[in-house]
Amino acid sequence: MNDQRWQHLFRDYADSSFSELLRRDSPHLFPGPETHPPSGPAPVEAVPHGTTVLALRYRDGVIMAGDRQATAGYQVASRRIEKIFKADDLSGVGIAGAAGPAMEMAKLFQTELEHYEKVEGDNLSLDGKANKLGQMIRMNLQAAMMGLAVVPIFAGFDEKAGVGRLFKYDITGGRYEETNYDSQGSGSKDARDSLKKLWKRHMSRDDALRVSLEALTSACARQSSPTARRPETGASACRCRITSAPSR
Amino acid sequence: MPLPYYVSPEQMMKDKAEYARKGISRGRSIVTLEIRDGILLVAENPSTLLHKVSEIYDRIAFAGVGKYNEFENLRIAGIRHADIKGYSYSRGDVTAKALANAYSQALGNIFTQDIKPFEVEVLVAEVAEGNGSRNEIYHILYDGTIEDERNYAAMGGQADEIRRFLKDHFREGLPLDEALQLGVRALTVTQNKTLSERDLEVAVLDRAKERRKFRRIPPEALSQLLGTQR
Repeated sequence: MNDQRWQHLFRDYADSSFSELLRRDSPHLFPGPETHPPSGPAPVEAVPHGTTVLALRYRDGVIMAGDRQATAGYQVASRRIEKIFKADDLSGVGIAGAAGPAMEMAKLFQTELEHYEKVEGDNLSLDGKANKLGQMIRMNLQAAMMGLAVVPIFAGFDEKAGVGRLFKYDITGGRYEETNYDSQGSGSKDARDSLKKLWKRHMSRDDALRVSLEALTSACARQSSPTARRPETGASACRCRITSAPSR
Repeated sequence: MPLPYYVSPEQMMKDKAEYARKGISRGRSIVTLEIRDGILLVAENPSTLLHKVSEIYDRIAFAGVGKYNEFENLRIAGIRHADIKGYSYSRGDVTAKALANAYSQALGNIFTQDIKPFEVEVLVAEVAEGNGSRNEIYHILYDGTIEDERNYAAMGGQADEIRRFLKDHFREGLPLDEALQLGVRALTVTQNKTLSERDLEVAVLDRAKERRKFRRIPPEALSQLLGTQR
């Protein structure tokens, strides 16, 4: 009986998790089914969707890149949207799918990693981070069934293994590790085709950047929507950020 | 039936305060200095894993002396406060003042309501953003008393002596290495011993850093910074 006073301290293994804290203490802030309409499809043309993000491995780590366009139905919703978010010093998230929930998820994920790091005084392993993101995507399943799917790419530098690694997800939170490159979003097929031709083992950072820009350009060029941008604007709007490299 | 005993409120508060002070005075001290590039926190702490100084948020650091489990609880509560506030509003809305007030309320409540007060003192420091604002250092005592300090602050066993020493020796705008040497001298002011880099835990809120300003100084870098004088 007396044990109950302290034993919960050991059962509370999720104590360093920010999303658990948010759900417990401030459920109204937690992005989830409650904040979405309970039934019926969401008006997809009213919600901006990201187009293309990609990640590829190179000699010293991983590069993530995305174009800067978001579409809502057949309209360009934004030409300046950011899709690559720094999750922490060694990893990043590239978002595709419904931009609103995806950005919210990226923000929650960033806070989650930082919170863990501050409370525990240590970083999560790359597998731990990837797993956590998968759980967050799974919690979005109900919204995904209504057309507000979020399917990010997660990539980072694995300090234990000393290599860059990348993961893609499906709407149920399923996590699939890719070895060399992958792309997500409406232009992902063209980007992947392009990466398939251009990607080489042990590329330098500059080569890898060039390859990712080229892949994004071809993805932009093949956009079928009437307002698809010309490739040159697509390429110039591409922004690449090195999310992880041991030299940093 | 035994009579319920009566203790006057004055006596009870006095006893509690004495109890808390005794606990704190047994512990080692922490010095905080405003330096040219931010705020420096120097703690005497032989453990490399159990921290006394840590990061709360982008520009905010925490330091605690006294009983480890008690200030560790306060530290985690502070991180939660800051992260939830930053998540629901924006990162810029998280301030040391709000956090220091929360600590003051918490410690004040514990002091008056619990049988055993917390044997801790905590410090919340926020480095200025640059454009005209200035650094903020709040020192919160075991009973919830809150003070805002300028230039330097000290807490722990020898806090009074350290404060007297710093009053005479502190100068504004010191670079990191000189400030660190001053801080170490202040920590040893009452003791006949020297502190090596293995006995110290040092961190800075570095204004030059991007977003998260908190940075620990590892022992190797520490010996270099201290070695310049020896």
